[in-house]
Amino acid sequence: MTGHSRRAFMHAAATCSLLALTLSGTAALADDHTVKIGYAIAKTGPNATGAGITTLPNYQLWVSKVNEAGGLAMPDGSKRMIEVVEYDDRSSNEDLVRAIERLATQDNVDIILPPWGTGANLAIAPLMDRFGYPQLAVTAVTDKAPEFAARWKRSFWMLGGGHDYAVGLADALTAARDAGTINGKIAMVSVADGFGIDLVNGARPAFADAGFEVVYDKSYPLGTSDFAAILNEAKDSGADSFVAFSYPPGSFGMTKTAQSISYNPKVFYIGVGGAFPIYAKIADGKQQGVMSIGGVNAESEAIQTYFQDHIDSAGAPPDSWASAITFASLQMLEQAVERVGLDHEQLAAELSTGTFDTIIGEVKLEDNQLRDLWWVGQWQDGAFKGVNPADKAGASSPIIPKPEW
Amino acid sequence: MIALGVALVGLVALAALPFYLSDYGLGLMIGMAGYVTLASAWALFSGQTRYISLATVAFYGVGAYTIAVLNETMAYPAALACAGLIGAGLALLVGLSTLRLSGIYFVIFTFGLAELVRQVITWFEVNVTGTLGRYIFLDITAREIYWQLLALGAFTIALTAWIMRRRLGLALRVIGDDETVAAHSGIDLARTKLTAFVLSATIITLAGAISSPRWTYVEPLIVFNPNVSFLTVIMALLGGANRLWGPLFGAVPLFLLFEWLSVQFPDTYPVILGLLFIGVVFLLPDGILGGLARLTGRNGKAAR
Repeated sequence: MTGHSRRAFMHAAATCSLLALTLSGTAALADDHTVKIGYAIAKTGPNATGAGITTLPNYQLWVSKVNEAGGLAMPDGSKRMIEVVEYDDRSSNEDLVRAIERLATQDNVDIILPPWGTGANLAIAPLMDRFGYPQLAVTAVTDKAPEFAARWKRSFWMLGGGHDYAVGLADALTAARDAGTINGKIAMVSVADGFGIDLVNGARPAFADAGFEVVYDKSYPLGTSDFAAILNEAKDSGADSFVAFSYPPGSFGMTKTAQSISYNPKVFYIGVGGAFPIYAKIADGKQQGVMSIGGVNAESEAIQTYFQDHIDSAGAPPDSWASAITFASLQMLEQAVERVGLDHEQLAAELSTGTFDTIIGEVKLEDNQLRDLWWVGQWQDGAFKGVNPADKAGASSPIIPKPEW
Repeated sequence: MIALGVALVGLVALAALPFYLSDYGLGLMIGMAGYVTLASAWALFSGQTRYISLATVAFYGVGAYTIAVLNETMAYPAALACAGLIGAGLALLVGLSTLRLSGIYFVIFTFGLAELVRQVITWFEVNVTGTLGRYIFLDITAREIYWQLLALGAFTIALTAWIMRRRLGLALRVIGDDETVAAHSGIDLARTKLTAFVLSATIITLAGAISSPRWTYVEPLIVFNPNVSFLTVIMALLGGANRLWGPLFGAVPLFLLFEWLSVQFPDTYPVILGLLFIGVVFLLPDGILGGLARLTGRNGKAAR
């Protein structure tokens, strides 16, 4: 080996030993007076949009509300201010996993809040379990939630699975068909990506069981921007119901296309993005009757206050699907801490068995999952209201047929 | 021989590190070992031949996906072997069809390759298997992942050192300097390039396969993250892509820098990444090691 590379290697060795020293010497000392709450979330990269709409504003709103009220209440009646440790996971699971390790073992935070997205929540679940932190996974839609809750005892799954949403939709459509409002045919499109596939796989059997005939069933690649062909074929299919399991760009694009080709099915259902506050603008104010995933009980005073607080804090209203649930999960955490303190084992047990008073009403988890959710919502008079399950408290009755654009 | 001894002692020291580090420290070491491996493997082909490849994540993702598909049906070592074979096969296929391209055409092709592989897997999953996300439930600890990556990284550097002393290394360097001259001096261009490309791609595939158990859940959008390709290139270039230890010298400081940036400036990271890219290309065209060699008055070429 030449002299040069020998020196190079000495440099390498020196760097490594230096690094090892730095790493072992910086274990943070926890401050007894504050509660350290940490999270790693996508602030840059493809997941940043979703995280920035649904998750981050709620974390910020909650922390500022708690701190304004003097801090997080402890079982002994004292209050401790929240100190936030925040990292960017750059939408990369490798970075995310490392950030969680950092929060747990370097920063020694008291509580870790979950990241945004199904993949991200699954990526950290084994680590959260190993470090013993409770994980309130809100923005994770997975049919395997029961399995995961059993595998990782301190994980909580709060947004249902694709199957639930599909069955809810089939249920809502069945009611309309039995009432003679719509025919038994459905035109269905789905985005060829995780969420679209989960939903369409749930929807095919659900529609078949409900006696519907899916006359048009097409999947389109992620990133598609021209929906004219798809919508024209759906229009010609003879189906009264149009169902799209789409992501926001697709949901928005199809809405605009349907308006421009005057496609007026009696049911117009779109996927993610339909419950976003911006949807009203996308639909040019003609969102009345559009159905989508999620919903809120718009009559509830707690929800109305929450919407106003969110506008004051983030400058925009929250989305009407996972935002309120995210905030409710933080309220659960707050109340659980007040009852049992910060011990992870007791905290997890309390979250699992306790009953909590939140903006989405009284919450009690079943097998570590939130099952009392809105599966289908609809834009009615400027708000995105929950319509299915029809027997859930605060359910609005669906407007079918949807008024023309 | 002394250098070899020092390298071995260093390797043993690195292998013993997990016993002294916190989980986060170990996470950092995994990240560094991963990127040193990727950058070194990338440089094994691209650094020598100067064919800039942006296909790193195509192979990396294929490795991760192979484990995700096979982890429930076969033992981990067998799945790892399959990943390596699939990576080599894919590289052979891609290499045979594209190594005739050069310059910017090659760069664009390799960039497109990652997207192509992602779309093909997506199409297959949607239309044939009907699922997209896959789960990896393997009982592999972070330490074991670290050791595997460390071994793979050490192997990559050793392989590069060995190749650089062989005819193959010389041939690769001649190709990098001037392909026409190389052809005229009787070098079998296709075979030489293909050999290095397949070796490099196989290592990258294995790196993806080894890292994947850390993510638990994979889907194409997660594993084919183009940032991996960009980071690999910039790390190798920063250190000096045509030098044995160059990629390591690029990967370690950049990795630590990014880690620090994600804490200090979480919102501006992509901007800084872009500026760094430009800075490295303009200010350090030969990499840190090349720059150092120039500063100390040594002839950069002789020290290769």
